[in-house]
Amino acid sequence: MREFALLYRSTREAHQEAMGSPAKAQQSMTKWRAWFKELTDKGQLKNLGQPLERVGKVVGGKKKTVTDGPFAESKDVIGGFSIIEARDLEQAAQIASGCPVLDIGGSVEVRPVMQMNL
Amino acid sequence: MDVEEHLFRHEAGRLVAVLTRLFGIHNLALAEDVVQDAFCRALETWKFHGVPKNPSAWLMTTAKHRALDVLRREGTARKFAPELQRLLESEWTLTPVVDQVFETGALKDAQLRVMFSCLHPQLPEETQVALVLHLLCGFAIDETAAAFLKNRAAMAKRIVRAKKTLAQSKQLFDLAGAGEVVARLPAVLRALYLLFNEGYHGASAESAVRAELCEEALRLVHLLLEHPLTATPAAHALAALLNFHAARLPGRLDAEGNLILLIDQDRSCWDTGQIREGHRQLELSAAGTELTAYHVEAAIAGLHAQARCAEETDWGGIVSLYDTLMSIQPSPVVALNRAIALAQRDGPARGLEEIARIRDRQRLIQYPFLFTAVGEFELRLGRLVQARKSFQAALRLARNPTETRFLQGRLRSCGTDPSRHRRLPSGPVVGSALGRACDLPSRGYGEAIGSRAGSDRPRVE
Repeated sequence: MREFALLYRSTREAHQEAMGSPAKAQQSMTKWRAWFKELTDKGQLKNLGQPLERVGKVVGGKKKTVTDGPFAESKDVIGGFSIIEARDLEQAAQIASGCPVLDIGGSVEVRPVMQMNL
Repeated sequence: MDVEEHLFRHEAGRLVAVLTRLFGIHNLALAEDVVQDAFCRALETWKFHGVPKNPSAWLMTTAKHRALDVLRREGTARKFAPELQRLLESEWTLTPVVDQVFETGALKDAQLRVMFSCLHPQLPEETQVALVLHLLCGFAIDETAAAFLKNRAAMAKRIVRAKKTLAQSKQLFDLAGAGEVVARLPAVLRALYLLFNEGYHGASAESAVRAELCEEALRLVHLLLEHPLTATPAAHALAALLNFHAARLPGRLDAEGNLILLIDQDRSCWDTGQIREGHRQLELSAAGTELTAYHVEAAIAGLHAQARCAEETDWGGIVSLYDTLMSIQPSPVVALNRAIALAQRDGPARGLEEIARIRDRQRLIQYPFLFTAVGEFELRLGRLVQARKSFQAALRLARNPTETRFLQGRLRSCGTDPSRHRRLPSGPVVGSALGRACDLPSRGYGEAIGSRAGSDRPRVE
Protein backbone atom coordinates (compact mmCIF):
# COMPACT_ATOMS: atom_id res chain seq x y z
CA MET A 1 0.00 0.00 0.00
CA ARG A 2 1.09 3.51 -0.72
CA GLU A 3 0.11 6.88 0.65
CA PHE A 4 -1.50 9.62 -1.36
CA ALA A 5 -2.34 13.19 -0.53
CA LEU A 6 -5.75 14.44 -1.57
CA LEU A 7 -5.87 18.20 -2.03
CA TYR A 8 -9.42 19.56 -2.10
CA ARG A 9 -9.83 22.50 -4.43
CA SER A 10 -12.88 24.67 -4.95
CA THR A 11 -13.81 28.27 -5.61
CA ARG A 12 -15.07 30.45 -2.82
CA GLU A 13 -18.30 31.02 -4.74
CA ALA A 14 -18.96 27.32 -5.16
CA HIS A 15 -18.28 26.76 -1.51
CA GLN A 16 -20.68 29.52 -0.49
CA GLU A 17 -23.27 28.15 -2.87
CA ALA A 18 -22.94 24.74 -1.23
CA MET A 19 -23.78 26.37 2.10
CA GLY A 20 -26.24 28.79 0.54
CA SER A 21 -29.24 27.85 2.65
CA PRO A 22 -29.65 26.00 5.92
CA ALA A 23 -30.98 22.97 4.07
CA LYS A 24 -28.05 22.93 1.65
CA ALA A 25 -25.62 23.41 4.53
CA GLN A 26 -27.15 20.42 6.24
CA GLN A 27 -26.80 18.34 3.07
CA SER A 28 -23.20 19.35 2.41
CA MET A 29 -22.21 18.57 5.95
CA THR A 30 -23.93 15.21 5.86
CA LYS A 31 -22.21 14.29 2.58
CA TRP A 32 -18.73 15.13 3.83
CA ARG A 33 -19.21 13.31 7.12
CA ALA A 34 -20.50 10.27 5.24
CA TRP A 35 -17.57 10.31 2.84
CA PHE A 36 -14.93 10.46 5.56
CA LYS A 37 -16.77 7.77 7.47
CA GLU A 38 -16.73 5.52 4.44
CA LEU A 39 -12.97 6.00 3.99
CA THR A 40 -12.42 5.30 7.69
CA ASP A 41 -14.59 2.19 7.64
CA LYS A 42 -12.70 0.82 4.64
CA GLY A 43 -9.39 1.53 6.36
CA GLN A 44 -8.34 3.85 3.55
CA LEU A 45 -7.95 6.98 5.61
CA LYS A 46 -4.41 7.38 6.87
CA ASN A 47 -4.76 10.91 8.16
CA LEU A 48 -7.92 13.01 8.09
CA GLY A 49 -5.77 16.08 7.50
CA GLN A 50 -6.59 19.70 8.14
CA PRO A 51 -8.76 22.45 6.72
CA LEU A 52 -6.96 25.53 5.42
CA GLU A 53 -8.11 29.13 5.61
CA ARG A 54 -8.90 30.57 2.23
CA VAL A 55 -6.74 33.62 2.78
CA GLY A 56 -3.03 33.91 3.50
CA LYS A 57 0.17 35.29 2.06
CA VAL A 58 2.49 34.22 -0.71
CA VAL A 59 6.20 34.75 -0.33
CA GLY A 60 7.87 34.59 -3.71
CA GLY A 61 11.00 35.08 -5.72
CA LYS A 62 14.56 35.84 -4.80
CA LYS A 63 13.37 39.17 -3.53
CA LYS A 64 11.03 37.33 -1.19
CA THR A 65 8.13 39.52 -2.12
CA VAL A 66 5.18 39.02 0.17
CA THR A 67 1.75 39.30 -1.41
CA ASP A 68 -1.70 38.66 -0.01
CA GLY A 69 -3.58 35.54 -1.00
CA PRO A 70 -5.83 34.10 -2.28
CA PHE A 71 -3.24 33.07 -4.66
CA ALA A 72 -2.68 35.01 -7.84
CA GLU A 73 -5.43 34.45 -10.36
CA SER A 74 -6.10 30.84 -9.61
CA LYS A 75 -9.78 30.51 -8.88
CA ASP A 76 -9.53 27.15 -7.18
CA VAL A 77 -8.19 27.42 -3.68
CA ILE A 78 -7.06 24.44 -1.60
CA GLY A 79 -9.54 24.21 1.21
CA GLY A 80 -7.90 21.29 2.97
CA PHE A 81 -6.04 18.03 2.53
CA SER A 82 -6.13 14.42 3.71
CA ILE A 83 -3.78 11.43 3.42
CA ILE A 84 -5.19 8.14 2.19
CA GLU A 85 -3.80 4.68 1.53
CA ALA A 86 -4.28 2.93 -1.79
CA ARG A 87 -2.70 0.22 -3.93
CA ASP A 88 -1.70 2.59 -6.67
CA LEU A 89 -2.47 5.95 -8.20
CA GLU A 90 -5.40 4.52 -10.12
CA GLN A 91 -7.11 3.25 -6.99
CA ALA A 92 -6.35 6.51 -5.20
CA ALA A 93 -8.00 8.47 -8.02
CA GLN A 94 -10.91 6.11 -7.93
CA ILE A 95 -11.32 6.75 -4.19
CA ALA A 96 -11.12 10.51 -4.80
CA SER A 97 -13.95 10.28 -7.30
CA GLY A 98 -16.40 9.91 -4.39
CA CYS A 99 -15.40 13.21 -2.82
CA PRO A 100 -18.29 15.67 -2.25
CA VAL A 101 -16.15 18.59 -3.46
CA LEU A 102 -16.80 17.32 -6.99
CA ASP A 103 -20.54 17.93 -6.50
CA ILE A 104 -19.93 21.66 -6.31
CA GLY A 105 -17.67 21.75 -9.36
CA GLY A 106 -14.46 21.53 -7.38
CA SER A 107 -11.60 19.09 -7.90
CA VAL A 108 -9.38 16.74 -5.97
CA GLU A 109 -5.69 16.70 -6.71
CA VAL A 110 -4.29 13.22 -6.04
CA ARG A 111 -0.55 13.15 -5.37
CA PRO A 112 1.54 10.16 -4.29
CA VAL A 113 3.48 10.83 -1.10
CA MET A 114 7.18 10.28 -1.89
CA GLN A 115 8.73 7.33 -0.16
CA MET A 116 12.23 6.73 1.19
CA ASN A 117 12.48 3.08 0.22
CA LEU A 118 12.24 2.60 -3.48
CA MET B 1 -20.96 12.61 16.32
CA ASP B 2 -23.51 13.32 13.65
CA VAL B 3 -25.18 16.56 12.78
CA GLU B 4 -28.61 16.78 14.33
CA GLU B 5 -31.43 17.01 11.80
CA HIS B 6 -32.36 20.60 10.91
CA LEU B 7 -29.48 21.96 12.98
CA PHE B 8 -28.62 24.59 10.40
CA ARG B 9 -32.22 25.55 9.82
CA HIS B 10 -32.87 26.14 13.50
CA GLU B 11 -29.61 27.94 14.03
CA ALA B 12 -30.17 30.14 10.97
CA GLY B 13 -33.32 31.58 12.53
CA ARG B 14 -31.61 32.30 15.84
CA LEU B 15 -28.49 33.73 14.23
CA VAL B 16 -30.33 36.00 11.80
CA ALA B 17 -32.35 37.34 14.73
CA VAL B 18 -29.42 38.09 17.00
CA LEU B 19 -27.35 39.62 14.20
CA THR B 20 -30.26 41.77 13.06
CA ARG B 21 -30.55 42.96 16.63
CA LEU B 22 -26.94 44.20 16.37
CA PHE B 23 -26.82 45.40 12.79
CA GLY B 24 -30.31 46.87 12.65
CA ILE B 25 -33.30 45.76 10.62
CA HIS B 26 -32.05 47.78 7.61
CA ASN B 27 -29.00 45.48 7.47
CA LEU B 28 -30.89 42.21 7.19
CA ALA B 29 -28.82 41.19 4.16
CA LEU B 30 -25.60 41.72 6.09
CA ALA B 31 -26.93 39.53 8.91
CA GLU B 32 -27.72 36.81 6.38
CA ASP B 33 -24.22 37.06 4.90
CA VAL B 34 -22.64 36.62 8.31
CA VAL B 35 -24.80 33.57 8.97
CA GLN B 36 -23.73 32.04 5.68
CA ASP B 37 -20.14 32.77 6.51
CA ALA B 38 -20.48 30.98 9.84
CA PHE B 39 -22.00 27.99 8.04
CA CYS B 40 -19.07 27.89 5.59
CA ARG B 41 -16.58 27.85 8.45
CA ALA B 42 -18.59 25.12 10.10
CA LEU B 43 -18.38 22.94 7.01
CA GLU B 44 -14.64 23.54 6.55
CA THR B 45 -13.71 22.70 10.11
CA TRP B 46 -16.32 20.16 11.17
CA LYS B 47 -15.62 17.90 8.26
CA PHE B 48 -12.04 17.54 9.41
CA HIS B 49 -12.30 17.96 13.16
CA GLY B 50 -15.72 16.44 13.66
CA VAL B 51 -18.91 18.06 14.87
CA PRO B 52 -18.32 19.88 18.17
CA LYS B 53 -20.15 18.76 21.32
CA ASN B 54 -22.31 21.84 21.23
CA PRO B 55 -22.63 22.79 17.56
CA SER B 56 -25.15 25.48 18.35
CA ALA B 57 -22.75 27.28 20.71
CA TRP B 58 -19.95 26.84 18.17
CA LEU B 59 -21.97 28.55 15.44
CA MET B 60 -23.04 31.27 17.84
CA THR B 61 -19.44 32.03 18.84
CA THR B 62 -18.25 31.99 15.24
CA ALA B 63 -21.00 34.38 14.23
CA LYS B 64 -20.18 36.60 17.18
CA HIS B 65 -16.52 36.91 16.20
CA ARG B 66 -17.47 37.64 12.65
CA ALA B 67 -20.01 40.24 13.82
CA LEU B 68 -17.33 41.95 15.89
CA ASP B 69 -15.08 42.10 12.80
CA VAL B 70 -17.86 43.64 10.74
CA LEU B 71 -18.78 46.15 13.44
CA ARG B 72 -15.16 47.26 13.78
CA ARG B 73 -14.37 47.34 10.08
CA GLU B 74 -17.53 49.01 8.85
CA GLY B 75 -18.34 51.10 11.92
CA THR B 76 -17.59 54.36 10.14
CA ALA B 77 -19.18 53.54 6.80
CA ARG B 78 -22.39 51.94 7.99
CA LYS B 79 -25.07 52.70 10.52
CA PHE B 80 -26.02 49.77 12.71
CA ALA B 81 -28.89 49.29 15.18
CA PRO B 82 -29.76 52.89 16.10
CA GLU B 83 -30.49 52.10 19.75
CA LEU B 84 -27.06 50.48 20.14
CA GLN B 85 -25.15 52.86 17.88
CA ARG B 86 -23.30 54.72 20.63
CA LEU B 87 -22.31 51.56 22.45
CA LEU B 88 -21.07 49.94 19.26
CA GLU B 89 -18.90 52.92 18.36
CA SER B 90 -16.63 52.73 21.36
CA GLU B 91 -14.10 49.93 21.71
CA TRP B 92 -14.77 50.07 25.49
CA THR B 93 -18.37 49.04 25.15
CA LEU B 94 -18.33 47.12 21.88
CA THR B 95 -17.37 43.67 23.18
CA PRO B 96 -19.52 43.75 26.34
CA VAL B 97 -22.57 44.87 24.41
CA VAL B 98 -22.09 42.20 21.75
CA ASP B 99 -21.62 39.56 24.46
CA GLN B 100 -24.83 40.71 26.08
CA VAL B 101 -26.83 40.51 22.86
CA PHE B 102 -25.63 36.93 22.35
CA GLU B 103 -26.75 35.78 25.82
CA THR B 104 -29.62 33.28 25.96
CA GLY B 105 -32.28 35.66 27.25
CA ALA B 106 -31.38 38.40 24.81
CA LEU B 107 -31.28 35.83 22.03
CA LYS B 108 -34.89 34.86 22.69
CA ASP B 109 -35.89 38.50 22.80
CA ALA B 110 -34.19 39.07 19.48
CA GLN B 111 -36.20 36.26 17.91
CA LEU B 112 -39.44 37.70 19.28
CA ARG B 113 -38.51 41.15 18.01
CA VAL B 114 -37.86 39.82 14.52
CA MET B 115 -41.12 37.86 14.68
CA PHE B 116 -43.09 40.98 15.61
CA SER B 117 -41.26 42.93 12.91
CA CYS B 118 -42.32 40.40 10.28
CA LEU B 119 -45.95 41.16 11.13
CA HIS B 120 -45.47 44.53 9.49
CA PRO B 121 -48.87 46.16 8.95
CA GLN B 122 -48.02 47.08 5.36
CA LEU B 123 -47.46 43.47 4.34
CA PRO B 124 -50.22 41.12 3.21
CA GLU B 125 -50.95 38.37 5.67
CA GLU B 126 -49.59 35.51 3.59
CA THR B 127 -46.35 37.40 3.08
CA GLN B 128 -46.05 37.96 6.81
CA VAL B 129 -46.36 34.24 7.43
CA ALA B 130 -43.89 33.42 4.63
CA LEU B 131 -41.43 35.89 6.10
CA VAL B 132 -41.68 34.31 9.55
CA LEU B 133 -40.97 30.92 7.99
CA HIS B 134 -38.07 32.27 5.96
CA LEU B 135 -36.36 34.45 8.56
CA LEU B 136 -37.13 32.72 11.85
CA CYS B 137 -37.35 29.11 10.78
CA GLY B 138 -34.51 29.16 8.25
CA PHE B 139 -36.59 27.96 5.30
CA ALA B 140 -34.84 28.93 2.07
CA ILE B 141 -36.93 30.70 -0.56
CA ASP B 142 -37.57 27.52 -2.55
CA GLU B 143 -38.64 25.66 0.60
CA THR B 144 -40.92 28.54 1.62
CA ALA B 145 -42.43 28.52 -1.86
CA ALA B 146 -42.97 24.76 -1.61
CA ALA B 147 -44.58 25.12 1.81
CA PHE B 148 -47.16 27.53 0.38
CA LEU B 149 -47.39 25.71 -2.96
CA LYS B 150 -46.28 28.83 -4.72
CA ASN B 151 -44.07 29.30 -7.68
CA ARG B 152 -40.46 29.86 -6.63
CA ALA B 153 -39.89 33.05 -8.62
CA ALA B 154 -43.08 34.63 -7.31
CA MET B 155 -42.14 33.76 -3.75
CA ALA B 156 -38.61 35.13 -4.24
CA LYS B 157 -40.01 38.41 -5.51
CA ARG B 158 -42.46 38.62 -2.67
CA ILE B 159 -39.82 37.97 -0.01
CA VAL B 160 -37.35 40.43 -1.50
CA ARG B 161 -40.04 43.10 -1.54
CA ALA B 162 -41.08 42.26 2.02
CA LYS B 163 -37.48 42.54 3.21
CA LYS B 164 -37.30 46.00 1.65
CA THR B 165 -40.41 46.98 3.56
CA LEU B 166 -38.84 45.72 6.78
CA ALA B 167 -35.60 47.56 6.02
CA GLN B 168 -37.52 50.80 5.86
CA SER B 169 -38.65 50.44 9.47
CA LYS B 170 -36.60 52.69 11.66
CA GLN B 171 -35.69 49.86 13.96
CA LEU B 172 -36.51 46.34 15.06
CA PHE B 173 -39.87 46.03 16.81
CA ASP B 174 -39.40 47.09 20.42
CA LEU B 175 -40.68 44.72 23.10
CA ALA B 176 -40.32 47.41 25.74
CA GLY B 177 -43.45 49.17 24.57
CA ALA B 178 -46.14 47.11 26.27
CA GLY B 179 -48.93 48.88 24.38
CA GLU B 180 -47.42 48.08 21.00
CA VAL B 181 -46.80 44.46 21.97
CA VAL B 182 -50.42 44.03 23.04
CA ALA B 183 -51.61 45.68 19.85
CA ARG B 184 -49.58 43.50 17.51
CA LEU B 185 -49.84 40.22 19.43
CA PRO B 186 -53.16 39.15 17.84
CA ALA B 187 -51.57 39.36 14.40
CA VAL B 188 -48.59 37.33 15.61
CA LEU B 189 -50.86 34.64 17.08
CA ARG B 190 -52.83 34.53 13.88
CA ALA B 191 -49.68 34.16 11.77
CA LEU B 192 -48.55 31.20 13.87
CA TYR B 193 -52.04 29.70 13.68
CA LEU B 194 -51.94 30.02 9.89
CA LEU B 195 -48.44 28.58 9.74
CA PHE B 196 -49.63 25.56 11.68
CA ASN B 197 -52.74 25.23 9.52
CA GLU B 198 -50.63 25.35 6.40
CA GLY B 199 -48.85 22.30 7.72
CA TYR B 200 -51.92 20.56 9.08
CA HIS B 201 -54.48 21.23 6.38
CA GLY B 202 -52.24 22.53 3.63
CA ALA B 203 -53.28 21.55 0.16
CA SER B 204 -50.78 18.72 0.11
CA ALA B 205 -50.93 16.40 3.05
CA GLU B 206 -48.22 14.04 1.96
CA SER B 207 -44.85 15.69 2.15
CA ALA B 208 -42.76 15.64 5.27
CA VAL B 209 -42.52 19.42 5.09
CA ARG B 210 -46.07 19.61 6.37
CA ALA B 211 -45.23 18.18 9.79
CA GLU B 212 -42.20 20.45 9.97
CA LEU B 213 -44.40 23.51 9.55
CA CYS B 214 -46.47 22.35 12.51
CA GLU B 215 -43.34 21.84 14.58
CA GLU B 216 -42.04 25.28 13.69
CA ALA B 217 -45.33 26.94 14.61
CA LEU B 218 -45.28 25.16 17.98
CA ARG B 219 -41.67 26.15 18.58
CA LEU B 220 -42.46 29.81 17.94
CA VAL B 221 -45.55 29.72 20.16
CA HIS B 222 -43.37 28.40 22.96
CA LEU B 223 -41.07 31.34 22.43
CA LEU B 224 -44.04 33.63 23.09
CA LEU B 225 -44.85 31.75 26.28
CA GLU B 226 -41.38 32.46 27.64
CA HIS B 227 -41.80 36.21 27.62
CA PRO B 228 -43.96 37.89 30.28
CA LEU B 229 -45.53 40.36 27.84
CA THR B 230 -46.43 37.76 25.23
CA ALA B 231 -47.47 34.86 27.48
CA THR B 232 -51.09 36.03 27.46
CA PRO B 233 -54.14 33.81 28.00
CA ALA B 234 -54.73 33.92 24.22
CA ALA B 235 -51.17 32.70 23.58
CA HIS B 236 -51.72 29.83 26.04
CA ALA B 237 -55.00 29.02 24.30
CA LEU B 238 -53.23 28.90 20.94
CA ALA B 239 -50.54 26.68 22.45
CA ALA B 240 -53.28 24.37 23.77
CA LEU B 241 -54.97 24.23 20.37
CA LEU B 242 -51.76 23.50 18.48
CA ASN B 243 -50.69 20.84 20.98
CA PHE B 244 -54.02 19.02 20.70
CA HIS B 245 -53.85 19.06 16.92
CA ALA B 246 -50.18 18.12 16.77
CA ALA B 247 -50.91 15.19 19.11
CA ARG B 248 -53.16 13.76 16.42
CA LEU B 249 -50.65 14.15 13.57
CA PRO B 250 -49.31 10.58 13.83
CA GLY B 251 -52.81 9.17 13.31
CA ARG B 252 -53.85 11.30 10.38
CA LEU B 253 -52.38 9.37 7.48
CA ASP B 254 -52.24 5.67 6.75
CA ALA B 255 -49.19 3.88 5.36
CA GLU B 256 -50.12 4.88 1.80
CA GLY B 257 -50.48 8.52 2.76
CA ASN B 258 -54.27 8.49 2.66
CA LEU B 259 -56.18 10.69 5.04
CA ILE B 260 -57.80 8.86 7.90
CA LEU B 261 -60.94 10.37 9.28
CA LEU B 262 -60.75 11.77 12.77
CA ILE B 263 -63.42 9.31 13.82
CA ASP B 264 -61.61 6.33 12.31
CA GLN B 265 -58.16 7.22 13.60
CA ASP B 266 -56.30 4.80 15.78
CA ARG B 267 -56.32 6.87 18.93
CA SER B 268 -53.49 4.87 20.45
CA CYS B 269 -51.16 6.66 17.97
CA TRP B 270 -52.06 10.02 19.43
CA ASP B 271 -49.29 11.59 21.44
CA THR B 272 -50.53 11.47 25.02
CA GLY B 273 -47.74 13.71 26.30
CA GLN B 274 -48.77 16.38 23.87
CA ILE B 275 -52.44 15.99 24.82
CA ARG B 276 -51.48 16.48 28.47
CA GLU B 277 -49.54 19.59 27.47
CA GLY B 278 -52.63 20.79 25.61
CA HIS B 279 -54.76 20.42 28.74
CA ARG B 280 -52.10 22.18 30.82
CA GLN B 281 -52.00 25.11 28.41
CA LEU B 282 -55.79 25.22 28.30
CA GLU B 283 -55.84 25.62 32.09
CA LEU B 284 -53.26 28.39 31.90
CA SER B 285 -55.35 30.12 29.25
CA ALA B 286 -58.24 30.47 31.67
CA ALA B 287 -56.40 33.11 33.67
CA GLY B 288 -58.02 36.25 32.32
CA THR B 289 -61.48 37.36 31.36
CA GLU B 290 -60.75 37.36 27.65
CA LEU B 291 -62.36 34.60 25.59
CA THR B 292 -60.77 34.27 22.18
CA ALA B 293 -61.57 31.96 19.30
CA TYR B 294 -58.38 30.08 20.24
CA HIS B 295 -59.89 29.30 23.65
CA VAL B 296 -63.00 27.84 22.09
CA GLU B 297 -61.21 25.95 19.34
CA ALA B 298 -58.79 24.55 21.90
CA ALA B 299 -61.69 23.43 24.08
CA ILE B 300 -63.24 21.66 21.07
CA ALA B 301 -59.95 20.00 20.19
CA GLY B 302 -59.59 19.06 23.87
CA LEU B 303 -62.95 17.27 23.86
CA HIS B 304 -61.95 15.31 20.76
CA ALA B 305 -58.59 14.48 22.32
CA GLN B 306 -60.00 13.18 25.57
CA ALA B 307 -62.62 10.88 24.01
CA ARG B 308 -61.24 7.33 24.06
CA CYS B 309 -63.22 6.51 20.93
CA ALA B 310 -65.45 8.40 18.52
CA GLU B 311 -68.62 7.12 20.18
CA GLU B 312 -67.55 8.58 23.50
CA THR B 313 -67.10 12.05 22.07
CA ASP B 314 -69.11 14.68 23.91
CA TRP B 315 -70.93 15.92 20.79
CA GLY B 316 -73.32 17.97 22.86
CA GLY B 317 -70.40 19.82 24.44
CA ILE B 318 -68.87 20.32 21.02
CA VAL B 319 -72.10 21.75 19.61
CA SER B 320 -72.36 24.30 22.39
CA LEU B 321 -68.71 25.29 21.92
CA TYR B 322 -69.43 25.86 18.23
CA ASP B 323 -72.35 28.04 19.29
CA THR B 324 -69.92 30.13 21.29
CA LEU B 325 -67.47 30.22 18.41
CA MET B 326 -70.25 31.42 16.11
CA SER B 327 -70.95 34.25 18.50
CA ILE B 328 -67.37 35.48 18.72
CA GLN B 329 -66.15 34.67 15.24
CA PRO B 330 -68.96 33.74 12.91
CA SER B 331 -67.97 32.29 9.55
CA PRO B 332 -69.54 29.82 7.13
CA VAL B 333 -66.82 27.25 7.91
CA VAL B 334 -67.55 27.44 11.62
CA ALA B 335 -71.24 27.09 10.80
CA LEU B 336 -70.50 24.02 8.68
CA ASN B 337 -68.49 22.44 11.48
CA ARG B 338 -71.33 23.19 13.85
CA ALA B 339 -73.82 21.53 11.50
CA ILE B 340 -71.61 18.45 11.37
CA ALA B 341 -71.37 18.27 15.16
CA LEU B 342 -75.18 18.58 15.32
CA ALA B 343 -75.51 15.70 12.86
CA GLN B 344 -73.23 13.65 15.07
CA ARG B 345 -75.53 14.38 17.98
CA ASP B 346 -78.97 14.32 16.37
CA GLY B 347 -78.59 12.49 13.07
CA PRO B 348 -77.98 13.35 9.40
CA ALA B 349 -81.35 14.96 8.73
CA ARG B 350 -80.56 17.60 11.33
CA GLY B 351 -77.18 18.14 9.66
CA LEU B 352 -78.83 18.84 6.30
CA GLU B 353 -81.26 21.28 7.89
CA GLU B 354 -78.45 23.16 9.55
CA ILE B 355 -76.41 23.32 6.36
CA ALA B 356 -79.41 24.74 4.52
CA ARG B 357 -79.60 27.40 7.20
CA ILE B 358 -75.97 28.56 6.93
CA ARG B 359 -75.85 32.22 6.09
CA ASP B 360 -73.34 33.21 3.41
CA ARG B 361 -73.43 29.63 2.19
CA GLN B 362 -72.37 30.82 -1.26
CA ARG B 363 -68.97 31.63 0.23
CA LEU B 364 -68.49 27.89 0.62
CA ILE B 365 -69.19 26.91 -2.98
CA GLN B 366 -65.50 26.47 -3.77
CA TYR B 367 -65.01 24.44 -0.65
CA PRO B 368 -65.04 20.67 -1.28
CA PHE B 369 -66.09 19.82 2.24
CA LEU B 370 -69.44 21.56 2.04
CA PHE B 371 -70.44 19.06 -0.67
CA THR B 372 -68.68 16.25 1.14
CA ALA B 373 -70.79 16.88 4.23
CA VAL B 374 -74.02 17.08 2.24
CA GLY B 375 -73.09 13.90 0.35
CA GLU B 376 -72.35 12.13 3.58
CA PHE B 377 -75.69 13.07 5.16
CA GLU B 378 -77.56 12.03 2.01
CA LEU B 379 -75.69 8.75 1.96
CA ARG B 380 -76.60 8.06 5.55
CA LEU B 381 -80.22 8.80 4.74
CA GLY B 382 -80.02 6.29 1.91
CA ARG B 383 -80.54 8.88 -0.84
CA LEU B 384 -77.83 7.58 -3.09
CA VAL B 385 -78.53 9.70 -6.17
CA GLN B 386 -78.24 12.93 -4.22
CA ALA B 387 -75.23 11.61 -2.32
CA ARG B 388 -73.44 10.75 -5.55
CA LYS B 389 -74.19 14.19 -6.99
CA SER B 390 -72.72 15.89 -3.95
CA PHE B 391 -69.59 13.78 -3.88
CA GLN B 392 -69.08 14.46 -7.58
CA ALA B 393 -69.37 18.19 -6.93
CA ALA B 394 -66.84 17.85 -4.11
CA LEU B 395 -64.52 15.85 -6.34
CA ARG B 396 -64.46 18.64 -8.92
CA LEU B 397 -63.24 20.98 -6.16
CA ALA B 398 -60.63 18.61 -4.70
CA ARG B 399 -57.37 20.48 -4.24
CA ASN B 400 -54.87 17.65 -4.12
CA PRO B 401 -54.46 13.92 -4.76
CA THR B 402 -55.19 13.06 -1.15
CA GLU B 403 -58.58 14.74 -1.26
CA THR B 404 -59.26 13.25 -4.69
CA ARG B 405 -58.53 9.71 -3.54
CA PHE B 406 -60.61 10.25 -0.46
CA LEU B 407 -63.65 11.49 -2.40
CA GLN B 408 -63.35 8.74 -5.02
CA GLY B 409 -63.61 6.31 -2.14
CA ARG B 410 -66.78 8.02 -0.91
CA LEU B 411 -68.25 7.91 -4.44
CA ARG B 412 -67.57 4.19 -4.67
CA SER B 413 -69.37 3.60 -1.40
CA CYS B 414 -72.59 5.10 -2.74
CA GLY B 415 -72.45 3.33 -6.06
CA THR B 416 -71.83 -0.36 -5.77
CA ASP B 417 -73.89 -1.72 -2.95
CA PRO B 418 -76.84 0.51 -2.14
CA SER B 419 -78.51 -2.02 0.16
CA ARG B 420 -75.62 -1.72 2.57
CA HIS B 421 -76.42 1.86 3.27
CA ARG B 422 -80.16 1.56 3.32
CA ARG B 423 -79.85 -0.66 6.33
CA LEU B 424 -77.90 1.93 8.25
CA PRO B 425 -79.75 3.68 11.00
CA SER B 426 -80.40 7.34 10.41
CA GLY B 427 -79.07 8.11 13.83
CA PRO B 428 -75.77 9.80 14.66
CA VAL B 429 -73.15 9.59 11.95
CA VAL B 430 -70.09 7.72 13.00
CA GLY B 431 -67.19 6.55 10.94
CA SER B 432 -68.07 8.82 8.07
CA ALA B 433 -66.37 11.36 5.91
CA LEU B 434 -67.50 13.87 8.44
CA GLY B 435 -64.69 12.87 10.68
CA ARG B 436 -62.50 14.63 8.20
CA ALA B 437 -64.78 17.59 8.23
CA CYS B 438 -64.77 17.70 12.00
CA ASP B 439 -61.04 18.16 11.72
CA LEU B 440 -61.38 21.21 9.51
CA PRO B 441 -59.70 24.50 10.19
CA SER B 442 -62.15 27.10 11.34
CA ARG B 443 -60.24 29.82 9.64
CA GLY B 444 -57.71 30.06 6.89
CA TYR B 445 -56.59 32.14 4.01
CA GLY B 446 -56.21 31.56 0.33
CA GLU B 447 -59.63 29.95 0.14
CA ALA B 448 -62.84 31.56 -0.93
CA ILE B 449 -64.17 31.07 2.54
CA GLY B 450 -61.08 32.29 4.36
CA SER B 451 -61.76 34.95 6.88
CA ARG B 452 -59.60 37.31 4.89
CA ALA B 453 -62.42 37.48 2.41
CA GLY B 454 -64.50 38.94 5.16
CA SER B 455 -63.43 41.66 7.51
CA ASP B 456 -63.42 39.59 10.67
CA ARG B 457 -59.70 39.80 11.13
CA PRO B 458 -58.82 42.17 13.89
CA ARG B 459 -56.43 44.47 12.01
CA VAL B 460 -54.13 45.87 14.60
CA GLU B 461 -51.71 48.79 14.45
